[in-house]
Amino acid sequence: MEIFGLSTSALLSQLLLGLVNGSFYAVLSLGLAIIFGLLNVINFSHGAMFMLGAIVTWMAGQYFEINYWVMLLLAPFIVGLLGIVIERLFLRRLYQLDHLYGLLLTFGLTLFIEGVLRSIYGASGLAYSTPELLSGATDLGFMVLPNYRAWAVFSSLTVCFVTWYVIEKTSIGSYLRAGTENPKLVQAFGVNFPLMTTLTYGFGVALAAFSGVLAAPIIQISPLMGSNLIITVFAVVVIGGMGSIMGSILTGLGLGLVEGLTKVFYPQASSTVVFAIMVIVLLFRPAGLFGREK
Amino acid sequence: MRQTLISMAAVALFAVAGNASAADQPPLKIGFITDMSGLYADIDGQGGLEAIKMAVADFGGTVLGRKIEIVSADHQNKADIAASKTREWIDQNGVNVIIGGTNSGTALATAKVAAEKKRIYINNGAGTSALTNEQCSPYTIHYTYDTIAMANGSAKGLLDKGYKNWFFLTADYAFGYALEKDASNVVLANGGKVLGDVKHPLNASDFSSYLLQAQSSKAQVLGLANAGGDTINSVKAANEFGITKTMKLAGLLVFISDVHAIGIKNAQGLLATTAWYWDQNDQTRKFAGRFMEKMKRMPGMVQAGDYSSTMTYLNAVKAAGTDDSDKVMEQLRKTKINDMFTKNGYIRKDGTMVHDMYLYEVKSPAEVKSPWDYYKLVSSLSGEKAFAIPPDSKCALLNK
Amino acid sequence: MKLAKPIILLASIGIAIALPHFFYPIFLMKILCFALFAAAFNLLLGYTGLLSFGHAAFFGGAGYCAGYFMRDMGVGPAIGITIAVLFAAALGALIGGLAIRRQGIYFSMITLALAQMFYFVCVQVPASGGEDGFQGIPRGDLFGLINLQNDLNLYYLILCLTVAGFLFIKRIISSPFGQILKAIKENEPRAISLGYNVNRFKFLVFILSAALAGLAGSTQALVLGFETLTDAHWTMSGLVILMTLVGGVGTMLGPFVGALVIVLLEHRVGEIGSFLSQVTGIAWFNSLGESVTIVTGLIFVFCVMAFRRGLVGLFIKQK
Repeated sequence: MEIFGLSTSALLSQLLLGLVNGSFYAVLSLGLAIIFGLLNVINFSHGAMFMLGAIVTWMAGQYFEINYWVMLLLAPFIVGLLGIVIERLFLRRLYQLDHLYGLLLTFGLTLFIEGVLRSIYGASGLAYSTPELLSGATDLGFMVLPNYRAWAVFSSLTVCFVTWYVIEKTSIGSYLRAGTENPKLVQAFGVNFPLMTTLTYGFGVALAAFSGVLAAPIIQISPLMGSNLIITVFAVVVIGGMGSIMGSILTGLGLGLVEGLTKVFYPQASSTVVFAIMVIVLLFRPAGLFGREK
Repeated sequence: MRQTLISMAAVALFAVAGNASAADQPPLKIGFITDMSGLYADIDGQGGLEAIKMAVADFGGTVLGRKIEIVSADHQNKADIAASKTREWIDQNGVNVIIGGTNSGTALATAKVAAEKKRIYINNGAGTSALTNEQCSPYTIHYTYDTIAMANGSAKGLLDKGYKNWFFLTADYAFGYALEKDASNVVLANGGKVLGDVKHPLNASDFSSYLLQAQSSKAQVLGLANAGGDTINSVKAANEFGITKTMKLAGLLVFISDVHAIGIKNAQGLLATTAWYWDQNDQTRKFAGRFMEKMKRMPGMVQAGDYSSTMTYLNAVKAAGTDDSDKVMEQLRKTKINDMFTKNGYIRKDGTMVHDMYLYEVKSPAEVKSPWDYYKLVSSLSGEKAFAIPPDSKCALLNK
Repeated sequence: MKLAKPIILLASIGIAIALPHFFYPIFLMKILCFALFAAAFNLLLGYTGLLSFGHAAFFGGAGYCAGYFMRDMGVGPAIGITIAVLFAAALGALIGGLAIRRQGIYFSMITLALAQMFYFVCVQVPASGGEDGFQGIPRGDLFGLINLQNDLNLYYLILCLTVAGFLFIKRIISSPFGQILKAIKENEPRAISLGYNVNRFKFLVFILSAALAGLAGSTQALVLGFETLTDAHWTMSGLVILMTLVGGVGTMLGPFVGALVIVLLEHRVGEIGSFLSQVTGIAWFNSLGESVTIVTGLIFVFCVMAFRRGLVGLFIKQK
């Protein structure tokens, strides 16, 4: 059977691949959305944190022979710590100012981090192999899917779901949500707001690093790997609604699917289609698909 | 106002820091401009500068009684920086010859400036064949490789082995199109078939979708009409999805630094054309050893080209007895190049340095005996066949 | 003190005219073009409070337009630049018209998205030359009289155009129109409640800013003789933000100083690196030269944390 000139199996395989990419977008935009929701900071260094997650994984493997599975937890932790340092040293002082400065600061940090790593490791990148347990592929009938990609989707969606659950359904999450609406009141209730913001930034950044670890066996680890993704992820967050957790997850997945279809019918535009969508969405739903106007 | 004065002072300070001082006997200056810190830094970059320094040292450091000086700059893949720097070097610093590196846009812009100012421009890193076609000039020498030679090398080599059906994965920009077009022409002219192509945006991270489309075409060869990070990611994904089991991967622009970055496990079986490989003969190995000591990595063809072109130029200046661009170009056109880089090279009317090209296949991990021992020879192609003049060439110099 | 101002003004004009005899004209012209670009951007950000992430579209787009008309249609530089400016204004009307409908970060994101789509068009259209760039733009003769091949003549033309651009911006800011822009920047809801059609003002200033950015882009294309995708890429939009920030947002001379610093940086970072390493004795500065991005990143961080008023802001009190 043919749909739009494509056989069903071809269509299904492209959609599944799109879902794989979408799960990466979902985790990345989730971190960005959390950071923007609470801190009102547009974290341009998110792409660099993603890249750091991948590079730290490679370094651990190369110099200390620590394996992939440990790094899944360790890399986000390390990068999260770095995020906490950044928040304490720099971002903290910019909260009362315009959005612009947080954006510019994180942009500057990105250039610096990427530049330093590039001068050490070069731009061609580093190779990281798929862990043994996940290598090989499974025949799904309509396509052959590498096991690792299935794992990437599974772990990304799990992390997304757990994060969403914690934020929407637990008491810690409720402090966070209250903090985004009225920080002063939350502090008046005795919640240590500065600690919360620091930890939140660290967590958001750790999510990016987690995505980076997942990406390491798939994409060549290069100091520039984050900058290719960052504006797409921004667009996802804006389309989803800048403070909305569920919005960014669903939009991330959705974009993966839309991009997947674009790659079949008009592949050259697959990097640009997200912007067309963003313009349309913003014109008709100003706060994004799931967002509330601040 | 204070602001204006501060601004003027700033300009003065930086100008002082920047301007070169005068010398007694004007030295012969070589200007080297390439991408030192960006995407192509591994292909040429600092290594290229080292190679040129080695050439100058080997030549003796002086020519016609004048000291040889090298100035270098990072064009950051921006054509305006490349062109302005070149202009400045020629106008203000007395640079005699420009050696250019990677990135086609910068190469074309620089070549134009050099031609306008009547200085010789030797390019080793850019692939665009426009340098010797629409934008050819009596002062441009395209030394190391171009897209036509790369396409011919890969396509002819594979066609001769019976691989007739091709599919292209093409980067969506002028360079990718050029690679695809040149390779397609060769395939079609030699009885092969192009079963289709898919164009991906530049710097795409995920190639799975395009590779599946390539696989469903059932072609025998997947031509990778892209470069750098895109090629590396394409190869990686091709392995992951088992494409390499049913198709041969032919990289149309692959450098040894790319193979090193992909890792031998994923790169095995990849076919790549190159003008030069470090393990070809004793001369190449000697050069490579010296380079390896300084740079801690093996040289690729662009860096070898930097060395060779510098030597060739300096020899031509010596033979011509002058640094006058026209006379040196005349001398260069008579020169037969027989050195570490190539055994039978010569410079054609349109500026192409015609030399043999080689098709290599990346070894499997078991076959690798030492670091960087990546390639095994598949076939070689004579210079005339590799750098075949396109029938629709727009270069006026060919008719003289 | 009243006498001092005209004297300083005359002195500045004198210096500006004499400069090309001391410094490399092409370099000076590049600074002037970027200064105008930054000033156009600053009109929007510093004086109206609108942050556009897509200004490169006007800069690069006008460059391509001017190049096309001058090389392929054979028009002279005066007409070429005029057409390019009109093109930039039209593009500004299109992008601005859509972006104005939203505020704050959403406004900025729409400008980014539309600029990205414009960039995509630039890449796809074969006439732009793609990665090879649009080469061979002729300088021609101004009004058929002044030969622009001569770097000196071209310098004076660019100087006049840039100064005219700056004066035009100054005129806008000092006018009643400019006062309303300031009101919008400080408190938009209040301006609306006072009865001003805020959207119409924002739309108009956006078009003006785009047109001036287009003037900068087309003059740069004339100077260099080519136009490349770099000029329409989002990193160029980032660069102009940096220039404005370093120079001083919301000041008249800030953009000029910012452009000066950044262009110098790009061209001279290698030499500054070796200079610094000699002066301080720290060898690492030598490798600084290899990476403009590291230095740019540090400047960004430094400016945002400690230097928000920019170089010029240091000297004048922010009103």
